[in-house]
Amino acid sequence: MGMTLTEKILAKKAGKKEVQPGEIVTVEPTWVMSHDNSAAILLKFKKTGVDKVWDPRKIVIILDHTVPAPTADYANNHLSIRRFVKEQGIENFWDINTGICHQVMAEKGYDLPGSVIVGADSHTTTPGAFGAFAAGIGRSEVAAIWATGKIWLRVPESYEIVVNGQMPKGVFAKDLALHIIGDITASGAVYKAVEFKGETIRDMSIASRMVLTNMSAEMGAKNGIIEADKKTEEYIKNRARGPYEIMHPDEDAEYERRYEYDASDLVPKIAFPHTVDNVHDIDDALGIEINQVFLGTCTNGRVEDLEIAARILKGRRIHRDVRMLVFPASWEVWKEADERGILRILADAGAVIMNPGCGPCLGAHAGVLGDGEKCLSTANRNFKGRMGNPNAEIYLGSPATAAVTALKGHIADPREVL
Amino acid sequence: MGRVWKYGDDVNTDVIFPGKYTYKIMSDEEMASHALEDLDPDFAKNVKPGDVIVAGKNWGYGSSREQAVKCLKAAGIKAIIAESFARIYYRNCINLGLPAITLKREEIDKFESGDEVEVDIEKGIIENKTKGFTVKFPPFEGYVMDIIRAGGIIEYIRKNR
Repeated sequence: MGMTLTEKILAKKAGKKEVQPGEIVTVEPTWVMSHDNSAAILLKFKKTGVDKVWDPRKIVIILDHTVPAPTADYANNHLSIRRFVKEQGIENFWDINTGICHQVMAEKGYDLPGSVIVGADSHTTTPGAFGAFAAGIGRSEVAAIWATGKIWLRVPESYEIVVNGQMPKGVFAKDLALHIIGDITASGAVYKAVEFKGETIRDMSIASRMVLTNMSAEMGAKNGIIEADKKTEEYIKNRARGPYEIMHPDEDAEYERRYEYDASDLVPKIAFPHTVDNVHDIDDALGIEINQVFLGTCTNGRVEDLEIAARILKGRRIHRDVRMLVFPASWEVWKEADERGILRILADAGAVIMNPGCGPCLGAHAGVLGDGEKCLSTANRNFKGRMGNPNAEIYLGSPATAAVTALKGHIADPREVL
Repeated sequence: MGRVWKYGDDVNTDVIFPGKYTYKIMSDEEMASHALEDLDPDFAKNVKPGDVIVAGKNWGYGSSREQAVKCLKAAGIKAIIAESFARIYYRNCINLGLPAITLKREEIDKFESGDEVEVDIEKGIIENKTKGFTVKFPPFEGYVMDIIRAGGIIEYIRKNR
């Protein structure tokens, strides 16, 4: 029987000829990633009684959640991580001047086809955009991997999500992701592998593919995955930190379900508060007054995202009642956006350019909302209280929708200005 | 040898171990005394070491709380057999050393509360002595079996460090 892409990677990594959904395999992950939560993980690691981590070359730690530290507690967490990194000789440590972990994993060449990546963050599904198996795990499990070098994984059943057709003007990967999540629902793919395929996916940039795998977590998936191709190879060419193998699903692979979408029918989408699957066509949202626009995050803080916003805002000023915060996903993104004049255009339009990091996405750092305020965010979650204030509302949309909304002061349709 | 406690589909973590106790530190015995109290008040009083739970699909959905596994283990439950498990619950079971066994619906349907069963974790065999049938399941693979034998992942690491 044929295997899906996820099954093939897990079989290969487990040293087996084939695996079946439901079967458990034990693998040594290619990389195990954690961020500021490494402070909690290292305490759990110490409880195991193991002195040295199994392999200091395979542990990746990236500080991104609260950078630079806003309080003494956070500063002490960072301090304990830096000490641990030195003590253990962990090579892949990226301090506060790098960027959001899921973006850094791609830029620094960890996201490689055929690899198995696990991380203590729910959006560790992101590296799937490179044809890797990537999933979020718990903190104790990261500590256990640090100690033993292995993790057991239940081979998930796979769903196939096929998207064909050309995306209309003003419609982006984020709109497609929201549309799919609205359809499948927030629990519709729990514990499943979701494999995205079809001409629309093949036509997408790497950055756009990352939006889909990043947001796979929002339908409950264990992992999201896209077959690697020439674009993937082009991206990793000068970045890859190790060998990789491009794998393909078998022709006769068995998928538990198949979903098909026609991208040419799509319109811009908005996820209303307080769940990601509360998705509406933009028509339902037009005119909703917005106090803060948040452009950034591991979902939509890449160059193409800032660029489309700059295209819309060039030579214009954002609405006087709106605060617009821009958090490039990494310093590499920041530098490229700077070189290309994108940051200058956004700043001239009245946006506040912040330092790369998770920012206000999870309410632990800059850009918290006031009571009764509404935010249009390009992030992946809009749960009540997510951005630090349970009395605020979060609407999710694409970077283009964010930019036109900042311009008008209320949720607006990017197709009007593109 | 133990007896079957049979339950239905979608049993959530709140009825397995009530949320109101989640942030209270409890001994194993105390935890066991609250196991399933909102679903089956007779369970905690009558459960015996070696008993097993047989349930439908999506056993343990909801919270990630580990007590929902620990309280059953502390009550003496030897294995949970279900059509499917919620993802985090399943991981918690294995990592806390409580075997979670998946069977097809038609096999689950053959079990009734009170059946006398023998579960051989090593060989992957469940024998229902009351009804006179056996069901096989794939034994856990190496690492997972080691974790289960050790009684949990932390115990496994401590023993093997």
